[in-house]
Amino acid sequence: MSRIQESVVIRTVVRIMVPFIEIFALYVIMHGSSGPGGGFQGGVIFGAGIILFAMIYGIKEGKQRMSDKLSRILSSTGLSIYAGTGLLCIVFGGMFLQYDVVGLLSLDPARVSAILIDVVEIGIGITVLVIMISLFFDISPPEEEELQFSEEEKQ
Amino acid sequence: MKIAALLAVILAGGMLIYAGQDLPAFGDPNSPSYQHPITEYYINNSLTESGVENIVTAVLANYRGYDTLGETAVIFTAGMAVLLLLRRREI
Repeated sequence: MSRIQESVVIRTVVRIMVPFIEIFALYVIMHGSSGPGGGFQGGVIFGAGIILFAMIYGIKEGKQRMSDKLSRILSSTGLSIYAGTGLLCIVFGGMFLQYDVVGLLSLDPARVSAILIDVVEIGIGITVLVIMISLFFDISPPEEEELQFSEEEKQ
Repeated sequence: MKIAALLAVILAGGMLIYAGQDLPAFGDPNSPSYQHPITEYYINNSLTESGVENIVTAVLANYRGYDTLGETAVIFTAGMAVLLLLRRREI
């Protein structure tokens, strides 16, 4: 690796902190129905955790955690979860995104609505976190190894 | 070209600040959003109808779920546009 590495203090602190950031992000997403939080905020926190990791350990290490192919698949998956929840309500005979008609496990309509709101929040969170990460990877300058590789390809 | 872009940004920002003068004061009890009957409806019925304690989430994901779907689609579209314009390597 030809790139200058960050100091060992920064690397260790980031390595310890990133798991806690990700768990806090999952907490914010799942806590959205009973307090401050939700899919947008939690997704941004989750994406920021992976961006922090990629800033300190390099783009290459970050892309091993979130490859271009995975980010392309996941970004549309999140939106599909949301739209699919709306279509599920149509299948159960209601209007688009009318959660309380879904007869899941013969639960109370308000309970079903709360569960489906959480599903929708997860869909929003997946889309936002993947878009955050792919924006960072697209804007960041290419590493030296990649540059050499692409120049060799041209010759 | 840069001067034209700067002028456009200053013009848009000035319009927003000018329009912001007409907003109701923060926490004003006579502002239209507090006077409208829909506010009372949300406070009374959001827990029994949508099952979540947080009224903001109930409005965001249940009463205005279609709007939030559009917001998510906007973020997705913006990400795809940046991906198409800025990605350097061939896919």
